[in-house]
Amino acid sequence: MVHWSAEEKQLIASVWSKVNVEECGAEALARLLIVYPWTQRFFASFGNLSSPTAIIGNPKVRAHGKKVLTSFGEAVKNLDNIKTTYAKLSELHCEKLHVDPENFRLLGDILIIVLASHFARDFTPACQFAWQKLVGVVAHALARKYH
Amino acid sequence: RMFSTYPQTKTYFPHFDLHHGSEQIRGHGKKVVAGALVEAANHIDDIASALSKLSDLHAQKLRVDPVNFKLLGQCFLVVVAIHHPSLLTPEVHASLDKFLCAVGNVLTAKYR
Repeated sequence: MVHWSAEEKQLIASVWSKVNVEECGAEALARLLIVYPWTQRFFASFGNLSSPTAIIGNPKVRAHGKKVLTSFGEAVKNLDNIKTTYAKLSELHCEKLHVDPENFRLLGDILIIVLASHFARDFTPACQFAWQKLVGVVAHALARKYH
Repeated sequence: RMFSTYPQTKTYFPHFDLHHGSEQIRGHGKKVVAGALVEAANHIDDIASALSKLSDLHAQKLRVDPVNFKLLGQCFLVVVAIHHPSLLTPEVHASLDKFLCAVGNVLTAKYR
């Protein structure tokens, strides 16, 4: 089980309480598809992904980004039980979606950059440390049931 | 920020004062960013030539594990996001990330 210090929990909760999940989620997923274009391989059914403008404006991208970040919120609410929280999602990503777990790490790093751009100086090094730890734990939990 | 976020990176600087704001960190950060990164950006079509000596240094002497260049790159992007959020559009983000990867690749190119 991952150990979270009281400070780390507080930093995570405090940032999360101010996150606009719909906006941040949409931005994070759009940036993933733009910065690492090979990730578009999972979204052939999303329609127009032909340019950054198309990706940012794509309603399916926005909706899916919101869905992904909403799910991330479950980790924030269950910091002491992330493995169990994501067990079924892990199976899904392996068996149905066939997503290379490296993509979870890529999205996690992108999310950090999105948070940094929104929170600016409030996104202190201690904050980044806690959040990098969190995205790492989430990525690990999502990869855990792969076989 | 890299030393705070990824404490394992401190292992390459046992000889430094690593307290936040230390002169040594400021000096070294300046060397890396204002020095090497700017040099690479100014010779972006031939980063390997521009950073050839640094590439030798990292291969022969410093031998920083390749994974660490990604960690520094991540922190660099975070700092840019903090100070210039409106500059870091998705396209600029993509280009910067690509550039930082290219620099990391050059610096580790002679490792073996």
